[in-house]
Amino acid sequence: MSVFAALNGRARWLLALFVASLALAPVAADRYILSVLILIFYFAYLGQAWNIMMGFAGQLSLGHSLYVGLGAYVAAALWTKFGVGPWAGMFAGMAVAMAFGAAIGWLGFRFGIAGVYFALLTIAFAEFTRIAFDHMDWTGRAGGLFLPVRAEQAHQWWNLRGGPLLFYYLALALMLGALWLCAALRAARIGHYWLAVREDEAAARALGIDVFAVKMKAVLISSAMASVGGTFYAFYYNNLFPAQIFDMSRSIEMILAPIVGGLGTLIGPILGAFILTPLGEGLIAATEEAGLSAPGTKAVFYGLALMAIVWVAPSGVWPWLRRKLGLETP
Amino acid sequence: MMLKVETLDLFHGDAQALDQVSLAVEAHSVVAIVGANGAGKTSLIRTVAGIHKPARGRILWHGQDIAGWPSHKVCELGIGQVAEGRQIFPTLTVRENLETGAMLKRAKAKRRVNLERVLALFPKLAQRERQAAGTLSGGEQQMLAIGRCLMGEPSLVMFDEPSLGLAPAVVGEMLRTIRTLASEGLTVVLVEQNVAVSLKLADRAYVLENGRIVLEGTGAELLADDRVRQAYLGL
Repeated sequence: MSVFAALNGRARWLLALFVASLALAPVAADRYILSVLILIFYFAYLGQAWNIMMGFAGQLSLGHSLYVGLGAYVAAALWTKFGVGPWAGMFAGMAVAMAFGAAIGWLGFRFGIAGVYFALLTIAFAEFTRIAFDHMDWTGRAGGLFLPVRAEQAHQWWNLRGGPLLFYYLALALMLGALWLCAALRAARIGHYWLAVREDEAAARALGIDVFAVKMKAVLISSAMASVGGTFYAFYYNNLFPAQIFDMSRSIEMILAPIVGGLGTLIGPILGAFILTPLGEGLIAATEEAGLSAPGTKAVFYGLALMAIVWVAPSGVWPWLRRKLGLETP
Repeated sequence: MMLKVETLDLFHGDAQALDQVSLAVEAHSVVAIVGANGAGKTSLIRTVAGIHKPARGRILWHGQDIAGWPSHKVCELGIGQVAEGRQIFPTLTVRENLETGAMLKRAKAKRRVNLERVLALFPKLAQRERQAAGTLSGGEQQMLAIGRCLMGEPSLVMFDEPSLGLAPAVVGEMLRTIRTLASEGLTVVLVEQNVAVSLKLADRAYVLENGRIVLEGTGAELLADDRVRQAYLGL
């Protein structure tokens, strides 16, 4: 556990308590609560993946839905068309997502497309891919790709067929695994180099950092992680539509948790997901209850949440909370 | 010879920044490079560091030609640079800045020892270890930049205007530090606007004008040279 060596005693206890209570939550929680928690873990996981690009390496991607969508479609198509299991499909999806990530990274970093222009490049790739999938017969075009739903009692974890508990623990493992991975990366050479590049590229180069290689590693790792989230999504929801999974609003949704929680921090993406997702879901439930539900409610809420955070705590909730709690974590 | 630059030509677009520049740096010596703004001092340092690619010429490091090598490979050889303008990482802490400098393959294993050494050399940095580097004073930031470079275990350090924009009292401290490092065996290439002081410090010095070396000699020789006294010392 050397990656958590930087934590002080209190932070370790809090982390252990947090993990233990989530591991035991299904005992008390009903299906609805579990489904909200799964969503929280999912967004915390994806936020962690995106945070590597923006929070660590300082490269703004607004097209991460591309990698999620590819991870989802590749694994789902392999499963429905060839009967290839999701675990193998996950690696295939990773490879495809990383190939796209490499192409975007190479174009952007080799030719010095930086900042908002790089962000536009990521959006363009995601949009092109969405349009391509809209017209691809093999994956059901815009009409969607559907995974055969089996009885929940099947409990085939190796095929990701099962009830909410299976997906609950899977999502929890993803979130905690990503936290561990990011903590390890952050403490390693590459983590130091990402931050150096984020802070000042010229200074990083003067210090002997291969800036291009360092940025490429960020996009490759981040795209691979995001694609795994996509595979999870496909087998959890059992249906995929290009207009849904590749949409730009998905990319935006993904980046809110780390921004609200604290960009470039390890806990930020998790905290942000725990704040935003329950509020967003609760708001939907409340408006439905009141008969006021309208499309876009969540988007409006997220917009307001973002404005509030930029106003009150521009570096995110976690850096502020960390000070209040007297914790020392990266 | 530790570092030898032979007939180096460098162009920025159409403009020639270095014209047939040759110089030699002996191990454990201090070499000063003197010249007006735009004479090519920074271009020379950045070319040796691998940030600019020369059009012609050789850069020999212990006899091996490294002209055109990328900067990350050059740093791994033990050629460090303290770039102009205190390029520290502002939102990282002092400690994180120093650790980042120690991530080179040649230095990673020795980073504890080097950290102690740097903090002993700059006690003020030790007091501010957990502070964001952007909150340091100008002089402290320059010390951090030097410390971060030393964390990479260089055998040669090229300083580009280390006293630029610092208060006079701090300038003296900075130059004393460089002298200390040199006396401990570090090889130093010094570009400094403070010509008198840098020539006093230097074993050997070169005068650059319009990208060309127009004069060279020991520090004492150049200090006594009428042209240098007129052009750079205002005497």
